Amino acid sequence: METRSSGDKMFDAVNMTLLGIISIIVLYPLVFVLSASISDPAAVLGGDMWLLPKGITFEGYAKVFDNSDLLNSYGNTIFYTTLGTAINLVMTVMAAYPLSKRDFRGRNLLMGVMVFTMFFSGGLVPTYLLVKQLGMTNTFWALVIPNAVSVYNIIIMRTFFQSSIPGEIQEAAAIDGCSELRILRSVVLPLSMPILAVMVLFYSVGHWNAYFNALIYLTDRADYPLQLILREILIQGQMEEMVNVGDSSHAKTLLDQEAIKYAVVVVANLPILMLYPFLQKYFVKGVMIGALKG
Amino acid sequence: MNTPVQSTTSARGLAQAAPAKAPAAPKRRCSAIVKALRRHWQLYLLITPVIGYFAVFHYWPMYGVQIAFKDFIATKGIWGSPWVGFKHFERFFDSYFFWRLIGNTLGISLYELAVGFPIPILLALMINEVRLKGYRKFVQTVTYAPHFLSTVVIVGMLLMFLSPTSGLVNLAIQAFGGEPISFMTEPGWFKTIYVFSGVWQQMGWSSIIYLAALAGIDPQLHEAAKVDGATRLQRIWHVNLPGIRPTIVILLILNFGSLMGVGFEKVFLMQNSLNMEGSDVISTYVYRSGILGAQYSFSAAVGLFNSVVNFILLITVNRIARKVNQVSLW
Repeated sequence: METRSSGDKMFDAVNMTLLGIISIIVLYPLVFVLSASISDPAAVLGGDMWLLPKGITFEGYAKVFDNSDLLNSYGNTIFYTTLGTAINLVMTVMAAYPLSKRDFRGRNLLMGVMVFTMFFSGGLVPTYLLVKQLGMTNTFWALVIPNAVSVYNIIIMRTFFQSSIPGEIQEAAAIDGCSELRILRSVVLPLSMPILAVMVLFYSVGHWNAYFNALIYLTDRADYPLQLILREILIQGQMEEMVNVGDSSHAKTLLDQEAIKYAVVVVANLPILMLYPFLQKYFVKGVMIGALKG
Repeated sequence: MNTPVQSTTSARGLAQAAPAKAPAAPKRRCSAIVKALRRHWQLYLLITPVIGYFAVFHYWPMYGVQIAFKDFIATKGIWGSPWVGFKHFERFFDSYFFWRLIGNTLGISLYELAVGFPIPILLALMINEVRLKGYRKFVQTVTYAPHFLSTVVIVGMLLMFLSPTSGLVNLAIQAFGGEPISFMTEPGWFKTIYVFSGVWQQMGWSSIIYLAALAGIDPQLHEAAKVDGATRLQRIWHVNLPGIRPTIVILLILNFGSLMGVGFEKVFLMQNSLNMEGSDVISTYVYRSGILGAQYSFSAAVGLFNSVVNFILLITVNRIARKVNQVSLW
């Protein structure tokens, strides 16, 4: 162990203190929401509750589970996320595997064709018209097909195939008479579980949190995903209230809204909250692989 | 198992037919393609649906963007609608909204670049200096967390905390004797709230890539600097920072490439009729006039203008970076 100078110690102290302050700033709103979700709404509105829950009540959660729109949209989101992620995963492998082969003819051209779409696009309106023309509006297809694969993730996956799966194993399998599809299925994919996990997480968090496609392509409330219902509860109500100031006639509904707001945030992020420890490990791995190629 | 056998034979048939007929020069190329197809037909089969997807959902809209130069009539389709040249572009450039949209779009981007770009670099440099493993892990776990919250939840939380009547921020302002500020309805506050909430949400996540680059710096460089008597700050400045410079440049290029492409999702959710003056950007304008207002051609023109400017910016910045730093995207 090296001896550390006083300047060094000073540096560490300042550095760690600053990082501590940053952590508190990031953490505080999250803790507040969690506490507010099980506190008496009046205490939250009045500012009496600022860190730890006050007047513990689970009314907010009860209201969340009474809200049929919300439960329905929760189910929808689970469905969209599962289907969307499955499509994403299959498409990503289908693109990344051939592109990872160095002797795959047309590899650079195809890669270029895909990468170009990261930097240039036809824009919102032509895409919208296309989806409409294909008859996908008001169906779940509009949420899973127009974003069936992400170029960035193809690049990550391709990099993984190239750098982490020994070419010799694949060659050996080929010499043994394995077809390329068989090599993919029996050799490459079983060795790619870590990156597949990263992909599942990248894609599923994306689907879980998405609202834009649903906003423009869906009109039937019964099909709405969770985020659109959340938008109604968390944003639209409050915006109206702010824009039409001075109207305090519905103080009771305000309290009701207040009670459900925090609980709904917690419930909406529950799956991600529970997965977070895994998410962190795998997501970071994914970013690192992406950074290699950058 | 039937189809593979069939296509192998047909590929073989083609391969035999090709050299017989084609003249000398193209023959070699033709047979090379046929050979590749024959050898890798399964790979081509695998990638075909993906190519189809890109053709339909990315390149077809690029073709469809021609409606920006037409008066789109739904019954006549993209192809049949009459050409009108630059009419929609002129209308956009002359419109009252043009400078407001450009100002807001660039304003938000530059603000974000100035604040949101350096902070993750600083954070990464700071985290990298922490020697206590547990503490380091704690800071990382905490700062990465908000990345996973959805935009809807983030904006919902902003409204909770910034509410003029019950928001914690305003309660604090009042406790110190100030007047409550209606943050979300003030056009002047919009960009600051947008940028700093973005920093709050993304700084940890964006620092990962720099941490990865920092981990790749040769420890011998640090040892040598220590022998020369460099302090911690000097080593950060002269070893770590140059070590991650390529990463910084690449990300900077990408950021410049999206200077005009302020994301729709968050701006749209934070927008309301009172803060429009400071919050209306190109993407929300396209949504309003195109999807809600059904002025397809006009908004396609606005969108195309935006894409083209972005693309030109990206290429220009990339070229400059290549000249100055020998680092570039391609």
